[in-house]
Amino acid sequence: MNLLTVSGSPHVHGDNSTRKIMYGVIYAMIPALLVSIYFFGLGAIKVTLISVLACVFFEWLIQKYLIKGPSTIGDGSAIVTGILLAFNVPSNLPIWIIIIGALVSIGIAKMSFGGLGKNPFNPALVGRVFLLLSFPVQMTSWPKPSVLFDGIADAITGPTPLGHLKEELKGGRTVEDIMENGTKMIVDGQEVIYRLPDYMDQLLGNMGGSLGEVSAIALILGGIYMLFRKIITWEIPVTYIGSVVAMTGILWLIDPEMYVNPGFHLITGGLMLGVFFMATDMVSSPMSRKGQLIFGLGCGVLTVVIRVWGAYPEGASFAILIMNAFVPLINSGLKPKRFGEIAK
Amino acid sequence: MKTFKIGGVHPAENKFSADQAIEVLELPKQVAIPIAQSLGAPSKAVVKKGDEVKVGQVIAKGEAFISSNIHSSVSGKVLKVDEIMDQSGYRRPAVIITVNGDEWDESIDRSEELKTDINLSKEDIIKRIHEMGIVGLGGATFPSHVKLMIPDGKKAEILIINGVECEPYLTADHRLMLEKADEMMIGIQILMKGLEVDKAIIGVENNKPDAIAHLKNLCAKYSGISIEALKVQYPQGGEKQLIDACLGRQVPSGKLPIEVGAVVNNVGTAFAVYEAVQKNKPLIERVVTITGKSLKQPGNYMVRIGTSVNELIEKAGGLPEDTAKVVSGGPMMGKALNAVDVPVVKGTSGILLFKEEEARRVEPTNCIRCAKCITVCPMGLEPILIAQYAENEMFENVENERAMDCIECGSCQYTCPAARPLLDYIRLGKFKVGQIIRNRSKK
Repeated sequence: MNLLTVSGSPHVHGDNSTRKIMYGVIYAMIPALLVSIYFFGLGAIKVTLISVLACVFFEWLIQKYLIKGPSTIGDGSAIVTGILLAFNVPSNLPIWIIIIGALVSIGIAKMSFGGLGKNPFNPALVGRVFLLLSFPVQMTSWPKPSVLFDGIADAITGPTPLGHLKEELKGGRTVEDIMENGTKMIVDGQEVIYRLPDYMDQLLGNMGGSLGEVSAIALILGGIYMLFRKIITWEIPVTYIGSVVAMTGILWLIDPEMYVNPGFHLITGGLMLGVFFMATDMVSSPMSRKGQLIFGLGCGVLTVVIRVWGAYPEGASFAILIMNAFVPLINSGLKPKRFGEIAK
Repeated sequence: MKTFKIGGVHPAENKFSADQAIEVLELPKQVAIPIAQSLGAPSKAVVKKGDEVKVGQVIAKGEAFISSNIHSSVSGKVLKVDEIMDQSGYRRPAVIITVNGDEWDESIDRSEELKTDINLSKEDIIKRIHEMGIVGLGGATFPSHVKLMIPDGKKAEILIINGVECEPYLTADHRLMLEKADEMMIGIQILMKGLEVDKAIIGVENNKPDAIAHLKNLCAKYSGISIEALKVQYPQGGEKQLIDACLGRQVPSGKLPIEVGAVVNNVGTAFAVYEAVQKNKPLIERVVTITGKSLKQPGNYMVRIGTSVNELIEKAGGLPEDTAKVVSGGPMMGKALNAVDVPVVKGTSGILLFKEEEARRVEPTNCIRCAKCITVCPMGLEPILIAQYAENEMFENVENERAMDCIECGSCQYTCPAARPLLDYIRLGKFKVGQIIRNRSKK
């Protein structure tokens, strides 16, 4: 008879795999990608495609020639990083800048630590912040959203709602004034009145911003899909959103002239992208439930602090990266509840 | 519906043999009965080559407190007392008997009559259970009489009977609950008398509604016994998990169930206790499930201890061509055998055959720190952390991360998307920590 295989138990394995998780994340990003194609046209497709190809290529290159191990590009994690990086940049970003971003994301933030699972920081966020600091002009000239392929999408740039609000608040105006009366601006020698997009536009994504962050609805949809597939758990999104609402809510109640309402904070900027796709990144978030609750809370508080008092209008990326740095500490300090600990 | 509070997984149940009534397996031509079949000190053989033995005759005695007797499961002549390869793959001493007829020891009551009156005293019950070689039939094979002897200062409040059978594939306990329920109930009452408790709960997962309904009907007849239908979740059959599920009490780390006033026994053990106490019958046979996806006739058989696993496979339609792994026990905690000509022992609950593609392990990749192993760990441990410490030979950390609490249920490795061999490393860590602890106590 044939030889029998002998190995330790368990002898069965669940049907979960890294590849399935990564592709699950990719599926979850499709709604947001479709929305950005709708609003930003070909630019969105171009940026996303180049970012993904560059990320996968760099991972393959480094794995083959520097690490000299079996190729890992099949697991889909480089694709996830590629799409996330693209989601975090304007849709009119020059190609060479995207490629630099991909190199930083994959080369520095991921592979230099040993590849998938070893990186302390979210690779896409590292890439994004690197680009933001290195190419501040290109990274903050947001193309105005225009309905599918009307040809002018890339040509005209406008501010993000958060950026605009921050700028005007600094100039001494009140929230109400900015929202009600709009702002006079000179575009191509003509005076126009820029108004903040209304809530419906913000929710759907019809506003300036990085290509994947604009549509809160599409991102929430993806988030719900991932929750349903158990790719992410509720702890980080709930505490992150909760702490942002609580903190901005308190500020708003204290002085609605100076501080915008929590709803505005929730659906503008990169918050929803951060909440569902960045902060929940398994590799760079804490392992225990208690740790995840603290992590989400920290992300929320830091995001608001940066948005309200910091130099940047947007704080989600920095907040998540800062909290990433705390993960080892959180992991060693906050252990899961052991069996028998509540014995009585 | 109740279940345990921390962790758990739900593997595909695959209970192919659930509807197959227990059949008595024909007597083999030869049996090999290992002398050490239970936890604790090994027993000593009391027969020698050439001796004639009857069914139920003692062939090895356990002298130590935690040890048990071994009885001949057949009648015939002792061929030799020699080392043979057992299920562990090691050569261990065994009594090999050539079967001749089926002559039982006269003291054994072989009638079908149900004996409901329990005449023995508490002390005699414990003595009888010890003499008859009864051990835990759930798999751990802990001598049952020891469980009935409550340490000073502790008090048993409740007996919990494990009818969970949370391992996929296995159906031996399920069939026993359907077919031998009355005997089992009396066995439970005997155990209750031995423990001096007036309450017993039988925990059964709700994937066995027929067993739950059947036992519920019988409860009226047997006072003090109730059924708890439990939500299906692996490893509910773990002693600590079952107590948590039934009573909501968690046994503290490193302590025994008696710490929370509970004693747990398997349904198979309760049946064996009935036979031992009421019928004077030693533990010489047990129900074994034989199953597998490519097996022709999965089924449940009453098998004499010492029968070769091979005979069981032949009975179930023969070893399929594509068999690549044979597991003794369930797929989650069972042991892979390296040959099929090894004997069925007291702890053998099932024989499971795997095809080539099922036998192969998934290639491990990098841990992605998804924390799924932590979520599913029923002991609230961090399997990945313990495994990494063990991999890097940091055994002090392994101990500090409470590796010794691990019940080796395999949920972590089962659920790991990167297919890390977590339990392999945790076992290594536990082994080393065990050595460290023993050395420490020697000093």
